[in-house]
Formats: sequence, structure tokens, C-alpha cells
Amino acid sequence: MIDASISELAAALAARRISSVELTRLFLDRIAGPGAPLNAFIAVDPERSLAQARAADGRIAAGAAGPLTGIPIAHKDIFVAEGWPSTCASRMLANFVSPYDAHVIERFNAAGAVILGKTNMDEFAMGSSSEASWYGAVRNPWDTGRVPGGSSGGSAAAVAARLAPAATGTDTGGSIRQPAALCGVCGLKPTYGVVSRYGMIAFASSLDQGGPFARSAADLAALMNVMAGFDPRDSTSLERPAEDYARELERPLAGLRVGVPSEYFGAGLAADVAAAVEGAIEALERLGAEVVDVHLPNAGLSVPAYYVIAPAEASSNLSRYDGVRYGYRATEYDGLIDMYRRTRAEGFGPEVKRRILVGTYVLSHGYYDAYYLKAQKIRRLIARDFAEAFKGCDAIVGPTTPSVAFRLGEKVDDPVQMYLNDIYTVAANLAGLPALSIPCGFAGGMPVGLQLVGDYFAEARLLGIAHRFQQATDWHRRTPQSFA
Amino acid sequence: MKWETVIGLETHVQLSTRSKIFSGASTAFGAPPNTQACAVDIALPGVLPVLNRGAVERAIRFGLAVGAEVRRRSVFARKNYFYPDLPKGYQISQFEAPIVQGGALRIVLADGAERAVRLTRAHLEEDAGKSLHEDFHGMSGIDLNRAGTPLLEIVSEPDMRSAAEAVAYARALHALVRWIDICDGNMQEGSFRCDANVSVRPRGAAALGTRCEIKNLNSFRFLERAIEYEARRQIAIIEDGGRIELETRLYDPDRDETRSMRTKEEAHDYRYFPEPDLLPLEVSEAWLAEVAASLPELPVARRERYVRDLGLPAQDAATLTASRETADYFEAVVAGLAEAEPGGERPAQAKAAANWVAGELAGALNRTGVEIGASPVAARALARLIARIRDDTISGKIAKEVFDAMWAGEAGGENAADAIIERRGLRQITDAGALERIIEEIVAANPAQVAEYRSGKEKAFNYFVGQAMKATKSKGNPAQVAEILKRKLAG
Repeated sequence: MIDASISELAAALAARRISSVELTRLFLDRIAGPGAPLNAFIAVDPERSLAQARAADGRIAAGAAGPLTGIPIAHKDIFVAEGWPSTCASRMLANFVSPYDAHVIERFNAAGAVILGKTNMDEFAMGSSSEASWYGAVRNPWDTGRVPGGSSGGSAAAVAARLAPAATGTDTGGSIRQPAALCGVCGLKPTYGVVSRYGMIAFASSLDQGGPFARSAADLAALMNVMAGFDPRDSTSLERPAEDYARELERPLAGLRVGVPSEYFGAGLAADVAAAVEGAIEALERLGAEVVDVHLPNAGLSVPAYYVIAPAEASSNLSRYDGVRYGYRATEYDGLIDMYRRTRAEGFGPEVKRRILVGTYVLSHGYYDAYYLKAQKIRRLIARDFAEAFKGCDAIVGPTTPSVAFRLGEKVDDPVQMYLNDIYTVAANLAGLPALSIPCGFAGGMPVGLQLVGDYFAEARLLGIAHRFQQATDWHRRTPQSFA
Repeated sequence: MKWETVIGLETHVQLSTRSKIFSGASTAFGAPPNTQACAVDIALPGVLPVLNRGAVERAIRFGLAVGAEVRRRSVFARKNYFYPDLPKGYQISQFEAPIVQGGALRIVLADGAERAVRLTRAHLEEDAGKSLHEDFHGMSGIDLNRAGTPLLEIVSEPDMRSAAEAVAYARALHALVRWIDICDGNMQEGSFRCDANVSVRPRGAAALGTRCEIKNLNSFRFLERAIEYEARRQIAIIEDGGRIELETRLYDPDRDETRSMRTKEEAHDYRYFPEPDLLPLEVSEAWLAEVAASLPELPVARRERYVRDLGLPAQDAATLTASRETADYFEAVVAGLAEAEPGGERPAQAKAAANWVAGELAGALNRTGVEIGASPVAARALARLIARIRDDTISGKIAKEVFDAMWAGEAGGENAADAIIERRGLRQITDAGALERIIEEIVAANPAQVAEYRSGKEKAFNYFVGQAMKATKSKGNPAQVAEILKRKLAG
């Protein structure tokens, strides 16, 4: 059952081979048992989860089940859920219990899915290793001495270790795709505006996008069918007709042109990762795809631009955590300014503070034009590069990350090295494009991710390519030994 | 040295939407603290702003009313600063691309002279909450009911040269925003708040002096006094050889002075940047046309029409267009008069109506604090009263007595004036024979005054008018009385 796909689970529930309560208990037990050392969850609440499971069983019995009814799903602790702690892995929100549901949570609740728990992450989604959490580092199920990637590391690790059939995450610069790659699971970052940001705690508003984690592209499609959709409470949410993200799963790859950007295969890419990715590209060719060269000449500027824009927005988004209305407040202080200082000094971790400082700096009088405005110009150039590239191909393919999972603590003291982990992923966020990562091999026993970037609203096409690849390969079926 | 004061005003106009600019919470005034603050207003994690269309429509109305450019595409920006009553740690405002750019407000000064004050811009933004510094045992309370209330900040050019001009501008602006239904204008509740940028320079100098921004001017009187004080303060400093520091000052009405709030060094770096949670605001041509079609005739247009079509003096026209209610009332009186005396001359009717609306009626409204819309004397009833003066049924003086009785509710309906005139027996004595007899008696009884008058002391004439009015209980037709008196005294 722990290896079953969402559609298999739904079939088992429908046939009453298992109940949602049993299924939920199964995964809760895994989280508390073999999963415990991974530290993938910030909060579980068996009573709450099982109550939802019982309701789902009722719905199934009444014949009113949908594709996700009764399926337990883990949510990144960046999505607020009514009655659940919603901490963003920060001391600042350690005591915060949300009085409302995020749009994504509402959609899953309406579909009858069960909230399995809230997953661990980098504080306020700032990080690429899930080490920057008030609740401690998450560990990679393939090697617990290594990081799972981040910031949605808890969700990726939970899906990889079969602690949850599926999970949600958010991706601001690669926070879904990079941990998916490092943990050997599938993750999709949709087109900006496809998934509502309402109730998704903001890191960098113009880049943040929610998306699913699962073990197959087909499961990602099933999750997207629930997560995506217009929400009038998010002004950047796109009002488009509902679509079936599974509609292109069976489409053959014949005639597909996959673009390979040379910029993604240069220095900095580990040789064994490159080998796995090249193997995957050959597999796509065997399936009928035509491989073409494309160019993303400004690719090298994406990390610098990203690390101006994202901190700028974050510095403003995180101003609300001031100790006045909710969340952490320093216990001792002398007057208002001291209260602010101590609250924020004690409530935020070092990486969050670093980004607030950088963001404040780049928006300051006299620096705005040189940093923020210039970064926005680069952002437009990067979007234009993609637009040019998509004239000659249907999807861009390459590595998700430059290397496999690194060791815990390896890059904690070197933020620039940490940031370079996002080198292949941030461009899609800057351009607002959909992108996914799927497992495509191993290097030194650790999973390697293949990234596919599509044109705007090409999620279904990307999922189709991934699905055909997964029908021909079994990388996505591999399970870390201790969690099989 | 002769000094010139230069003033520009920044006015925060609270827009009269039922819900807030970025949330669905109510904007009603006076609710218990924090009962009108939803998740968005208190800035819970994860919430997002959604722009209120009604607030934008009101900004467009204003832009059209002042002949400004309404931008087809404007941008919201975040103004970042920490304050306990600012829940997000930033205010959503507009910075580089405000919705309203330029325009002008035409004002009428006390001497009837008209001039235009140019507007720099008007932009949409959200209000902050309120800090409550009492009743919390040494702590401060925060009330977020006002947080997110829609504001239009209207910025003028430094086009005013005296406190009186600034007040005329503020009054005209106040009248306009109420006229076009975008603000209730309630200054006590903070719906219309002015900040004044004041500087002084030697008369004739081209360059502007260093300005100070004065805050907390929540009445026209405070505005006037604060500017006067501030100009005196600045002149005294310069004449003493000092320099004016760029700073923000607070007006203290109790002491009638301004005092420093923060200097340039303490000024915030607001780190404005485009608000990523909101798309640029697009205003379509169709929407613009729709809003334009819904605008009422504007005060300036009415003023010009009153002068052009009704022959009113400019000053009267300005007074009558101080509010839409006053103008509407005035026009109803004119219409009532035209109906009461179909052949009457329009300009004379209009002038009579103007005198009564701006005179007796305005006085009564002021004394009692009643709004013109709730006047106990309806426009058509007032028209009938004026008609009775014009057809010589009563004198102007008696008419005031009748008006007071109408105000007091002695009779109701359109014909209240007639009812009171009849009941009180106030009809004018126009019987020439009767008047002649009364005047002959007065002349006969006052030989000394007659002699005085005949010796050239014209003033004595007034004595006889007074006597005649007394004898007729003011009912003598004044023109007739004067005519008969002249004849009799000429002897």
C-alpha cells in the first residue's frame, strides 16, 4: 500500500479493500516510526487527521468520492490550515495556530483529502537544504547524513520515504524541484498564477508558487487537478477555464522537440549528474523526441537577479512579524523599538535575517536603481530568452541541480555555495514558467533529477513527457532501502 | 523685508466605500475596537490584498472633476516602515504612477477673485489603524478598525500665498469631494485631513524657501492658524539670521503653535517598490466614459451658469455652490418663484432667491446647526414667501418675521407664508388714503422735526419713516411711505 499510486489508492478505497482511516493510520505510524529520524514533520495531529479520514470514509460509502477522497496528503508548513499550527518553521510563528485555511487547503478539504500533517522546511522557505528550521534539520531518506534539499525538504523526504503518498510544497527559486531531485521524487512548479497564494505564507510574492510532490507524473496531474484554480482572493491568480492536467499523459513523444541549453551543462555541473541527465535525454530520444540545441544567454544572471528580487520582497513581506499582534514577542524589552529589535532578533534565524538585510539594502534610497531595478531588467531578459527558446522547442530539458544531495552542515556557512544550488531552477521562477523535476538516475547512490521547463500553461504537456519517460524507466519507483 | 508665504496642501480624503480598499471589512465609523478588522486587515500570515473597485471609481470621479489625467495604468507600491498601527509593516500606496496626475481646483477668494490651484497628483492608499495611549495601564492599545480604509491623497502644487488662500482651497476641495459623492467630508471623524507644506521667501524671489510640513490640521480654523503661526515662526528665524530646517511639525491647537515632530535626519527611508501582490491597475476607456457620464454637473459649471443665465454676481454664485445641497436648494427656490410669478424677470427672481438662501436661511441653518437638506423651511415654501415680498403683500422686514414663524413650524406646506401672513394680519397697508392720513398726523405732531428737515437736515427724514412704520406696525409699504412723506414734508 505504501508504494501504491494515488489512483491505485483511490481504487482500493472505492473497493473497500482499505478505509481512509486505516490508510491514514498506516502513514501516521510510518511518520512516528521509521520516519521519525528524518524530522520531516513539524506537526502531526492524529485526532484531527483521523476525523477527516472518517468523514472521507462516509463520503466514499455514500458514493460521493472524488479522485482524492480519503487520500492522506502532507502539507508544507507554509500553507495555513485552520486549527493547525502554521509555523513556516520559524520561532516567530511557533505559537501561531491559523484561524483560516489556505486556498490550497480548502481545495484539498473540499476534495475529501486528509491532512496528514505539516512538513518541515527551511524557515520561511529560505534555504536549499531544509537545515534552516527552528525545528531542526530534515534528513535525506537515501542517506540521513545528507540534506533533502529545500526549502520543501520535509515534503520531499516524506514522499521519498513513503511517509505520505503525496505532499504539497512551494517553489520560489527551486524549492519544490530541487528537493524533489535530491530525494528522488517528482515535483511540479506550475505557471505563476495557476495555484492561489492565498494562505500560503509569503516569501517572495512575485516568485512564490505552490505545487505538488508525488512519486509519479500521473500522481502530480491528479494533485494539480485539485490544487489549481482561480481564487479571487489572490489578485495574481489567473482566471482561466479549469483544465485536466492528466489530459496529455498518454500523448506519444513523437514530434516533440526537447531543447537542451548548453548553458546548463557547463562548469559546475557534476560529471555523474551530467551523465544521468544525458542518459535521460537519450531515453527521450528513443521515445521519439527530437533533441535540439537552445540558448539561454542570460542564464548566468538568474541567480544574482534572484538574490536581489527575492530578498527585496521578503524584507517587506516579513515586516508583519513584529511581535505586536500574534506570533513571537520577546519576553523582556524596554519600549517599542527595543521590543521590535529583540522580537525580530530572537524570532528569526540567521538565513532569514541575512535576506532581510540584503533585501532592505537593495531597496534603500540610492541603491534601488543599481540593484532592484537592474534585477527587474535582467528578469525581463531571462523571460525573453525563454520566449526565444520556445520558438524552437516544446520543452527545455536539463539537470535540476548541479550535484546530488550534499552533506548536512556542508554549506551552512557558505551561503553563496548554497545559493548556487538554485542555478538551474531560479530562471523558471523569474520568468513565471512551469517546470518539474523527475528522478532520472543515481550518482554515488544518490538520486539525480531531470528538469523539464515548459512554456506558460504547458503543465499538462510537461506531465505527459514525464509520464511517457516514467513508463519507459523505473527511476521513480526506487525506494530508499530503510523505508521500503 | 517683505515676506511671501508659499503653501501647498496634502489632503487625505477618506473615500465613502462601504468596505475597505483591500478587504471586505466594513469602514463604518465608531465600532468597538478591532471589531471591523478581518484577517487581511490584521495582516495574518498568508493573506493578500484585493482592490476595491468602488475606491478606484471614486478616484476616477475626482480625476475627471478636476480635469486631471486619469492614468489608464497605475501602479501600487509598498511604503515600508514599522509602526504598531501599521499591521503589515508597509502601507500599500501609489508612488511613481498615481491614478490621478495633474488637474486644477478653481477657488473663489473673499474679494470674489477667482484663481486656479494646480494639483500635482492624487493617489489611492490605505489608512493605518489607531494607537490608543490611554486606559491600558502604561501600555498602548491598537485599534485596527481604520486600517485599510480607502484614502485618496490629493497633493497640490505650492500655489497658495496666504493662510486665507489655503483655507479657500481646502474649503473648495472639501465641497468638491462631497459634491461628487466620494467622501462624507466629516472632519471630526477624520474623513478629510490636511497637511500643509509651508515656506517663506522674500517677496519677488523666484526660489522657494525650505519648507516645513505641518500635520494634524483637522479643521479649517486650525489650518489657517497653523499656517499663520508657522509663517511668523519662519520669518522670525530668518530675520534673526537663522535657517529653516526641513522637518515635519505638529500643530497644537491648545497652545496655537507648531512644534517639531521629526527632522530630515530622522526621516524614514520608505523603500518604495511596486506591490507584487497587486497587478497594475488598468482603467479602460469604457469605464472612464461610464464614470464621466455618472458625474453630476460640477460646481464650477453651475457657478458659471448662475452668472451667465441667472445674472448673479460671481460671489453669490460661489456661495450658492459651496455644496451641492445648497445649490440644489437654491435652484428649487428659483423654480418655485418662476412658478409663483410666471411673468417675472428671471435675474430679479434669482437675485432675490440668492439673497434669501445665502442670507436669512444660511443664518438660521448656522445658528441651529441644521443641514440644508433638513431645513424646516422647504425651498418651495421659501419661494412663496419671497413671492409675497415681490408682489408687495409684505415688506422685507415683515418677511423676516414670517420666515422665523415658518422656521418655528407655525404653519407647514408650500403655502405656509400665506397662512402666517393671514393669521398674524401682516398684510402690508397699501391703501394710499389710509397711509396719507397716518402720515399727516405724524407730520402735524412733530413740528420741530419738520422744521429740522426743511432746514436741510436730511437725517430727520429717517425719523419720520420710523414713526410711520411704528404707527403701521411695520405694515406700511416702505416705498409708498417714503413717497407720501416726501410729498408732505416738502409742505
